[in-house]
Amino acid sequence: MAIRLTSVLAASCLFLASLPAFAADKPTDPQIAHIAYTAGVIDIDAAKQALKKAHNKDVKAFAEDMLRDHKAVNDQALALVKKLKVTPEDNATSEALTKAAKAEHAKLAKLSGAAFDKAYVANEVAYHKQVNGALKDLLIPSATNPELKDLLETGLKIFQGHEEHAEHVQSELK
Amino acid sequence: MSSPSSNKVRARAPRLASALLIALALGAMIVPAQAETITVTIEKLVFSPADIKAKVGDTIEWVNKDVLAHTATVKGGWDVMIPAKKSASLVLKKAGAVEYYCRFHPNMKGNITVSP
Repeated sequence: MAIRLTSVLAASCLFLASLPAFAADKPTDPQIAHIAYTAGVIDIDAAKQALKKAHNKDVKAFAEDMLRDHKAVNDQALALVKKLKVTPEDNATSEALTKAAKAEHAKLAKLSGAAFDKAYVANEVAYHKQVNGALKDLLIPSATNPELKDLLETGLKIFQGHEEHAEHVQSELK
Repeated sequence: MSSPSSNKVRARAPRLASALLIALALGAMIVPAQAETITVTIEKLVFSPADIKAKVGDTIEWVNKDVLAHTATVKGGWDVMIPAKKSASLVLKKAGAVEYYCRFHPNMKGNITVSP
């Protein structure tokens, strides 16, 4: 019993460790743009992996939705930074996000069938929760340009929708 | 000076007029109130207006201003795809109140009350 509890604890610690912490410092607009864009790219890559490996049709459809929506949002973000003449700036948070995503990609690559579906959807729920939390508590309050703030606010609504959608798919898988 | 033919026309006129009146009166009784088209705009993931009152036979037209595809979906009922920057419509066939949502973004919700 004690051993099992320890391994559960160890597993949940590993899971938490795979979610990078957002830097506590207030990011600048160029950094925020970079973080938001990077977060989108990460989910697009995850969707591409899922489209190759997913088994369940609802999981595949979800991955297609993620690919389409995140691409549309990132295209808008690119158009906005071009218009505002802002150059997105790489930063510790973007790097941590990318590093964690690489680890998750490698982990998912080893799975197949129903195990892959479950793990992909579980990560999508966790990932959207994390990004939405950061948008709400850090990125939106820190953004100074009103157009950037507006895009982030719309983005938050979209990703909250994704979070609910992912949770729905997850509940159907059980 | 009037020709015989124009006399004939004049004689027929009252009959034609009353026939028209009857047709109009009958028409008003038989033909139900004209079906309407109600427009719902989608912008930044919001259906607006979110609550609609309509009648059976009315058309709902969703105008999607977002760069994202949405749906108007009733659980166990109809499902309308509304592509990005496009419109889609549906003719209401059943009376009753329905709640609809977007399958892609389930946080988007709307209500339609359909009277017979």
